Amino acid sequence: MSSITNHLKTVGSPSLKELKGSPGFPDELHLKKGPIAIIECIEEIPCNPCETACPRGAIIVGHPITKLPVLDVEKCIGCGLCIAACPGLAIYVKDYTYSDTEAMIVFPYEYYPLPSTGDKVTMVNRRGREVCGGKVVRINISEKNNKTPVISVSFPKKYFEKVVSMKRLLNKRFLSQWTIHL
Amino acid sequence: MYKTSIAVIGGGPAGLSAAIEAAKAGAQVVVMDENSRPGGQLFKQIHKFFGSQQHKAGVRGIDIGKELLEETQKLGIEVWLDTEVCGIESNKLLWVVKNKTKSVQVLAERIILASGAIENSIYFPGWTLPGVMGAGAAQTFINIYRVAPGKRILMIGSGNVGVIVSYQLLQAGCEVAAIVEAAPKLGGYGVHTAKVCRAGVPFYTSHTVLRALGENKVESAVIIELDDSWNPIPGTEKVFEVDTICIATGLTPLAELAWIAGCRFKYVPALGGFVPLHDDNMETTIEGLYVAGDVTGIEEASSAMEEGRLAGINTVASLGFYSDKQRERLCNEVRERLDALRRGPFGEKRKTSKEEIITSRKEIQCPQ
Amino acid sequence: MKGLIESMNRIKHHIILGDLEERKKVKIVVDGEEMEAMEGEMIAAALLANGRKQFRYTKRYHSPRGIYCGIGRCTDCIMTVNAIPNVRTCITPVENGMVIETQKGLGKWKRGGSCV
Repeated sequence: MSSITNHLKTVGSPSLKELKGSPGFPDELHLKKGPIAIIECIEEIPCNPCETACPRGAIIVGHPITKLPVLDVEKCIGCGLCIAACPGLAIYVKDYTYSDTEAMIVFPYEYYPLPSTGDKVTMVNRRGREVCGGKVVRINISEKNNKTPVISVSFPKKYFEKVVSMKRLLNKRFLSQWTIHL
Repeated sequence: MYKTSIAVIGGGPAGLSAAIEAAKAGAQVVVMDENSRPGGQLFKQIHKFFGSQQHKAGVRGIDIGKELLEETQKLGIEVWLDTEVCGIESNKLLWVVKNKTKSVQVLAERIILASGAIENSIYFPGWTLPGVMGAGAAQTFINIYRVAPGKRILMIGSGNVGVIVSYQLLQAGCEVAAIVEAAPKLGGYGVHTAKVCRAGVPFYTSHTVLRALGENKVESAVIIELDDSWNPIPGTEKVFEVDTICIATGLTPLAELAWIAGCRFKYVPALGGFVPLHDDNMETTIEGLYVAGDVTGIEEASSAMEEGRLAGINTVASLGFYSDKQRERLCNEVRERLDALRRGPFGEKRKTSKEEIITSRKEIQCPQ
Repeated sequence: MKGLIESMNRIKHHIILGDLEERKKVKIVVDGEEMEAMEGEMIAAALLANGRKQFRYTKRYHSPRGIYCGIGRCTDCIMTVNAIPNVRTCITPVENGMVIETQKGLGKWKRGGSCV
């Protein structure tokens, strides 16, 4: 494995530096211009559903399918169709312009239980560490997503760079069963 | 004695794909599987598969399994479950224990062996304690039987199996205390490791499990750091209170039947150990005995299905169902898809190892 | 009766697999104790759901063994089932009234045992 992916191959998640050097990560200007897809796929694996999923041709993998996905920042409108299409759950959409004070993230979340719209949740960084609070704006569980719920959460703008997902909610029922049992 | 054109041993992704391909051409096929349900390990793969549209990328393994079963049924392929194949004799006579009770002899014109693989173990004090289990076993319990193996799990091994099962343990509501990797770098796809990383699971590279502790079952585990020569560094022990330790340290092809049949083998570490030599049509050194899937070297379900198709096409072609031209065309389509899966930093080594198998097969073409 | 399905460590809800479907309950007898199991599930799954992790004890050192491979290869989970020893519990489904015993050592064949 190349040294470019050192952080990914030791810590488990890519560093911002590793991401910024990859073709699926938008540049600073486009990142903050409006809703846009962010593809955290920096390793050559045989996979291209993101390319097939994009109706605007904004993601190009090409041949062979091990090539890294390239995001065309001009074409991407942040529609989010690629989010649940990615088998690696490595794509999310961020919108820096969501409101004056808040940004929005739309990300895949495959855990039970799901939050509800309006819930206050805790946002995390790539290492699962708590970053800030957020508010659930929308939960998309459409058939098309093939059982990958896609959640939209608004959160304070100043944490824009760090937030990538939300903290898992406690599976309370399951836990209480355990306490009774053990 | 029961007679069949083609006997497929193993009803997993490779075996079923082979059977479907053969039945499509009009051949009579019997699939034998020792389990009480077909599909092999596909039904515990609840994640979306990689690849392209042709590889069914984005479809969950469990749904691919359902599709294969539907097609098997539609084509009227006979499937013998709870059926163990105990031996293969030189004239393609199989000794079979059918439905766990009846001994049956099966004479086949062609055999496709798709027996899969078994998980490797590592051995450490306490490894026999209840609570230490294969990662695949944990995956079977959570995703098929819907019972959690424990509350808090330590995963040994960071290959794709280790990280995928960790993720699925989280989905099942278990806690994963950590993922331990003896090598200095993580083994699995980065997208998989990133997924569990943002769920808060820590990775320990250059660490191994030292011992499992507990009276009658696992109560805790001790891990230790390894130096550059993989020796434990005293004083670096860390204790995890866990009730389950999952072992995800690779797989070994289940090739006993190929040994019994007299196939020639080669030891290829990158493919998981001893694998039967085969040509690029998946035929072994025994004429009429084909192999497909993990038994020919550990890969993934996607490539197992393609290999199965390749074996299926060539088997029926050798029985006269296809002309050479048809065979070439069909095989090339499959080979192209297989090739696409064996690329990049993860696939390259499997590709060269596979080529090594085919080259070795060529070298012993003449008298065995 | 021990191990009511309602209170066990079964994974009832799952984001991908959906809710656990209701299945007919059957009774099994484990070391003389009656337990509830779900029809058609493997013995090992029923025991784990009932909180049992030790399935047998080895002949020489009497050390406990439980589930290891879960697919019928390793034989670590063997028990005496309906008086037949060495039954692989991870691939043998439960049946109503099944008598399951922790196996000591190599186990003993008993008179009147029937095939499972």
